[in-house]
Amino acid sequence: MSEPAMEKQKPKVAFYWCASCGGCEEAVVDLAENILSVVAAVDIVFWPVALDFKRKDMEAYPDGAVLAGFVNGAIRTTEQEEMAHLMRRKCKVLVAFGACAQLGGIPGLANLWSRESIFQTVYHDSPSNANADGTLPKTFYRENGYCVSLPGFFDTVRALDQVVDVDYYVPGCPPTPKILHEALGTLLSGKLPPKGTVLAPDHALCEECPRKDTRPEKLTLTAFKRPSEVVIDQEKCLLAQGVVCLGPATRAGCEALCPRGNMPCTGCFGPPSRVHDFGAKALSSVASIIDSNDEQEIDRIAGTIPDLVGTFYRYSLPASPLRRKKAAPPAL
Amino acid sequence: MPEAKPDSRKGQENGFEPKIVAFFCNWCTYLAADLAGTSRMKYAPNMRVIRLMCSGRVDPQFVLEAFAEGADGVLIGGCHPGDCHYQEGNYKALRRVRMLKRLLKTMGIEEERFRLEWISASEADRLKVAVNDMVEKLRALGPLKLETPKEFFAEEVKAA
Amino acid sequence: MNGNGHNAARIGVYVCDCGTNIAGVIDVKALAAFAGTLPGVVVSREYKYMCSDPGQELLVQDVRDHQLNRIVVASCSPLLHEHTFRTATAKAGLNPYYFHMVNIREHDSWVHEDHPAATEKAKDLVRAAVRRVVFHKPLERKKVPIHPDVLVVGGGIAGIHTALTLANAGKHVYLVEREPTIGGHMAKFDKTFPTLDCAACILTPKMTAVKQHPNITLWTLSDVEKVEGYVGNFKVTVKRHPRYVLEDVCVGCLECIEACVYKQAKYPDEFNLGLGKRKPIYIPFPQAVPLIPVIDPDTCIEFKSGKCKKTCVEACGDRHGIDFKQKESTETIDVGTIVMSTGFQVFDARRLPYYGYGKFPNVYTSLEVERLINASGPTGGEVILRDGQKPKTVGILHCIGSRDENTNRWCSRVCCMYSLKLAHLIKEHTGAEIFNFYIDMRTPGKGFEEFYQRLLNEGVHFIRGKGAEISAWPLDPSEEGKLTIRVEDTLIGKIRRIPVDMVVLSVGLEPHADAGDVRRLFNISCSQEGWFLERHPKLAPVNTFTDGIFLAGCCQGPKDIPDSVAQAGAAAAESLALIDAKFVELEPNTAYIVEDACSGCKTCIPLCPYSAISFLEEKKRAEINEALCKGCGTCVAACPSGSIRQNLFEDEEIFEEIKGVLAHA
Repeated sequence: MSEPAMEKQKPKVAFYWCASCGGCEEAVVDLAENILSVVAAVDIVFWPVALDFKRKDMEAYPDGAVLAGFVNGAIRTTEQEEMAHLMRRKCKVLVAFGACAQLGGIPGLANLWSRESIFQTVYHDSPSNANADGTLPKTFYRENGYCVSLPGFFDTVRALDQVVDVDYYVPGCPPTPKILHEALGTLLSGKLPPKGTVLAPDHALCEECPRKDTRPEKLTLTAFKRPSEVVIDQEKCLLAQGVVCLGPATRAGCEALCPRGNMPCTGCFGPPSRVHDFGAKALSSVASIIDSNDEQEIDRIAGTIPDLVGTFYRYSLPASPLRRKKAAPPAL
Repeated sequence: MPEAKPDSRKGQENGFEPKIVAFFCNWCTYLAADLAGTSRMKYAPNMRVIRLMCSGRVDPQFVLEAFAEGADGVLIGGCHPGDCHYQEGNYKALRRVRMLKRLLKTMGIEEERFRLEWISASEADRLKVAVNDMVEKLRALGPLKLETPKEFFAEEVKAA
Repeated sequence: MNGNGHNAARIGVYVCDCGTNIAGVIDVKALAAFAGTLPGVVVSREYKYMCSDPGQELLVQDVRDHQLNRIVVASCSPLLHEHTFRTATAKAGLNPYYFHMVNIREHDSWVHEDHPAATEKAKDLVRAAVRRVVFHKPLERKKVPIHPDVLVVGGGIAGIHTALTLANAGKHVYLVEREPTIGGHMAKFDKTFPTLDCAACILTPKMTAVKQHPNITLWTLSDVEKVEGYVGNFKVTVKRHPRYVLEDVCVGCLECIEACVYKQAKYPDEFNLGLGKRKPIYIPFPQAVPLIPVIDPDTCIEFKSGKCKKTCVEACGDRHGIDFKQKESTETIDVGTIVMSTGFQVFDARRLPYYGYGKFPNVYTSLEVERLINASGPTGGEVILRDGQKPKTVGILHCIGSRDENTNRWCSRVCCMYSLKLAHLIKEHTGAEIFNFYIDMRTPGKGFEEFYQRLLNEGVHFIRGKGAEISAWPLDPSEEGKLTIRVEDTLIGKIRRIPVDMVVLSVGLEPHADAGDVRRLFNISCSQEGWFLERHPKLAPVNTFTDGIFLAGCCQGPKDIPDSVAQAGAAAAESLALIDAKFVELEPNTAYIVEDACSGCKTCIPLCPYSAISFLEEKKRAEINEALCKGCGTCVAACPSGSIRQNLFEDEEIFEEIKGVLAHA
C-alpha cells in the first residue's frame, strides 16, 4: 500500500516545553488551518502537551532520527536540562522556540533571586501559606521503602543555548503564527540558513510599525510614562508620547502586534544580530534621548523608569553578559 | 537574597589585586594619562586603558562585557561638562552612566565598581588620585566573581 | 582569527625599548616572547628605538619577508607616533589602518614602580591590541577640495574687515547684508572710546573700499535663504530683495529724494531709531554704501494706490533708475568657507517697565543718544529733550539688561566704556551735570582706565549703585517736572533720589532675535545665551563646530570694535588657511550606517551636534554625511539596533580589546 510507505518518508518533528507558560504551545495551535499543512508534511513524534508519547519513546529513537526539535521554555530544573540534552541528541536540527528558550524569557527575571530566597518566600513567607512544619521540596524522599523524587532546582535560570548547542532560534513571546509558519517552511525547504540564525527579519521593529511616521525627527524626553499613567493615543509613536517602547531595539517580524494593540513593545523578539546584549543597547538608546545635561535632572528623568531590569531585560536576563544578580557561591 | 560576600579564598590579606578596565576619551582623559606619564607620576598598575575618541562612544554593552569577562571595576574618563571636544558626547555618556549605574546596583554590582570621572587634559593629578582611590575601594570590596561556573550547578543539585 | 574573512591575519608585533624608558621597567624580552605566542602573530621583535629610521625599516622589511598583513607596535603614546608608524605601514605596502599602537610608556613604564606588575600590564595591553588588530579594515582618508570663494554674512565693521582682508589676499568674497547699507551699528556711533575717534571717519573709508574692491561682490537688502553642503563645498542660496532703484544705473545724485511728492519727511527713520523722519524714498545716512536710494513699498504712494505723480522718475530723467516693477531675485553661489559677522541687537528697554522707557518721553537708550549727539542725526548734533530744551541734569544708568538675573545675566562688556564716553560727550554738548550709576566700573582695555580717570577729573558724578527705578512722581519740590532716579548708593549705604532732566539707559548687547533661526540655517550652534558658539573658548574662538564656518564680531559675544576687528582678521586667516591648503583630509574614524539595517527609528537624529545625520523621508532611513561626521561615536553607542558602526572603533574591535586585557594568560 502506498500510504504507509509515504508515512515512513515524512520527516519527524518533536516539541518539548521546559520552564514555560505554555504560550509557545498555543502558538503552534494558533497556526489554525495552517496546522493541517504542517501535520500533512511532518510526523509529530513527541509533544507532551498534546500527544501521549513518553520520554522513553524519544529515547528509543536513534540519534539524529528526528529532523527538527522545537524546545520552548528556559532551563530551570535538572529534568529540563536532561530533556534538553535528549532533544539535542535525537534531533538533527534543534530550534530554540520562543523567548524563554532563546534568551531565558520571563522566568529569567528570577535570576535576581536565589533558590534559597525563592523557596523562603514561596514555602515560608507567603501570606497564604500554612506550613508550620517548614516543609521544603527535596529531590529525594524515602518512606516505607518507597522513594519519590523531584527534579533539582537550579539557582540560575538559563537559556537553551547555555545548556546545549542550538541550531536556530524562533523568537517571540510567543512567536507569532506567521513567524512560526515561515520558520517551518524554511526548515522543511531543505535550504537551511547559517547555523545560529534567528528566523525572523534582521532589522528593528520600527520598520514595520504603523506609527513610524509620527515619531518626530528629533525626539528627546523629559519624563517617561508607564502605560497605566497616560491615555495612549492610538496613532502616535509611543516613544513620542513618553511611553518606553523598545521597538527601536527589538527585532521585527511580529508586524508590531503590541503597538497595534495600543501598547508599547517590550522586546520579546530579542535584538537584531548586530547587537551583543539587548538590555544594554536598549538602555543606551533610551538614556541617550533624556533631555537634560544636568546630573540631578537626568536622575529624575531616568527615575521615571522605576524597574530598569524589568524594563530592559524583561526577556533576556539569562542571555545577558551578567546573566544574573551577583550570587554568593552556594554553601558547600 | 543573602549578601554576596567577598570570596574568602583570595581576601585582602592574600594580596587581591583588582583589575580595572578604563575607557578614556582621546582628547581629555587619555591626554591626562599621557601627562601623568611625562610627569613621571606613580599610581597603581591595576588599570587597563581602552582608547576611544569620546566618552559618548562608550556603549553600555562594553561595560557589561568588561564585568562579564572578569573586570572588578570599570572606569570611564571624559571631558568636563561643557568642554567635550565633540560638544555633547560627554553629556550622552552621563545620561547612560546614570541609568546603567542603577541597573548594575540592582544586579548586585556595587556602586564603587562603576565610576565616571571628568578629567581634563591637564589634570594628571586628578587621574592619579581617581585611579588610586578606585583601586583602594575595590581591594576592600574584593573580586567581583560574577561567573557562576559550571561546577556550581553540579553542587547545587547535590545541595538541593 | 579571520577578521575580515579574507586572508588569515599575519601579525607583526614590535616592542620598543625606547632606550631604558620602557626597557628599564618592563621586561621587554619577555614581552616580545609572550607576544610571539599569541594567535596570529608571525613575527615578534624587540628593538631599541622603533620610531627611528632603522626601526621603521625593520617593520617594512618584515612585512615583505613574512607577508605580514597587520602591525602592532608597543611603545609610546599614539598621540606621538601613531602617524609615524601608519606612514611606515603604508610604506611597506599595507593600508596604514592595519596598524595599531600600544602605549606602554606614558601609560605603563613611566607610571609604575612595580616592575613585574608593569610587565603583566604590558602583556595584557599587547594581547588586547593583537586581538583587536585582526578586525581592522582598510580605510582611506577622504580628501575634500576647498572652493576658493568666501561668503561673509553681515556687513558691519567685522564683516567689512574680513571681506577686505580676504579680497586683498586675492580671494573672491560675497558680502551679504540684510540692510540697505553696510556699516552696521558702528555707523550709528558718533565717537568711539577711548580715543574719541569719529566712528564715521574711520568706518567710511573701509566701506568705500568694499564698494570699490574688484574682488568683493556686495549684496545689500539680501538674506541667506538656504545653506547646503559642507566644508569647502557650500552651496548658498541668497535672496535679494528689491530696492526699486536700479543699482547698476543709479549715480547717487539723490535728486529723486529731493523731488518726492512728500515735501516734508513724514515717516519714522529706522536709522535714527525713530527719532527722525524720512520720506518713502530715502537713503539711510549720507555715507551709506551703496549710495543708492531705497523705496519703502509700505509708505510710497505709488505702491499703495498706483496713482502717484512719480516726480522721482521725472527727476531721474533719461537714466531711468527707478523701477517700481523690480522683483526679488534669487542667487545661488558656491563658496568654500563662510564667515558669520551678523552682529547684535540692543536690549529692548521696554522689557524693564520700571525705567519708564516708552512711558516717559525723556528716557532714552544709549543708542538713541548716540544719534542725538551725532551731527548728522535727527537733531543736528543737539542733545535736547523732547521739548527742545537742553537738559541741565542727566542720569546715565549702567547695566540695563546686563548682569541681570531677570533679563540677561552676562556683562555686555562695552557699556561702561560707552557710558563714560556719553557722559563726556553730553557734558561737552550741553554743559549739564552728569550722574553715572554703575555696579562696577569695567575698563579693561588699552587706555580705558585712563579714560575713566579723565571723566573723574571732568567732574562727572559716579554713584556706585544700579539705578532701581525712574519715576515722575515728585516727592518734594526739587523733583517737580523731573525724572527721579531711585538708587542705593552702596558706597555711603543710603537710598538716594536724584532728580534729572534726562535719563540715558545704557542698554546691553544681546543676540539678534532670529539668531536661533540663523544658526540652524548654517548648521552651527548657539551657546545657552544665544550667541553663536565658538569651537573652543580659548583655543578656537573664531571657529565653529562646523568646519569651514567661522565667526567674527559680536555675533560670537559682546565685544568692542578693536576686538571685533581682531576677530575679523582671525576669521579671514582661518579661511585663507583652508583655501590655500586647497584640500582638507578627513580622518577616517567616521560613523556609517550599515546598509539596509536601519529601521528608521530616528533615535540618532537629535544626537549629532554636527547635524551629520539626516533622515531621508523617501527611504525612511537615516543617512550620515561622511564629510560632516567628526567621529565621536555617540550615535554608534546609542543606535538601538546596532545599525550604526564606526570606522576604526567598531564594536567587534573594542570587544576584542576588552577580552584581551582581561584574558588570563
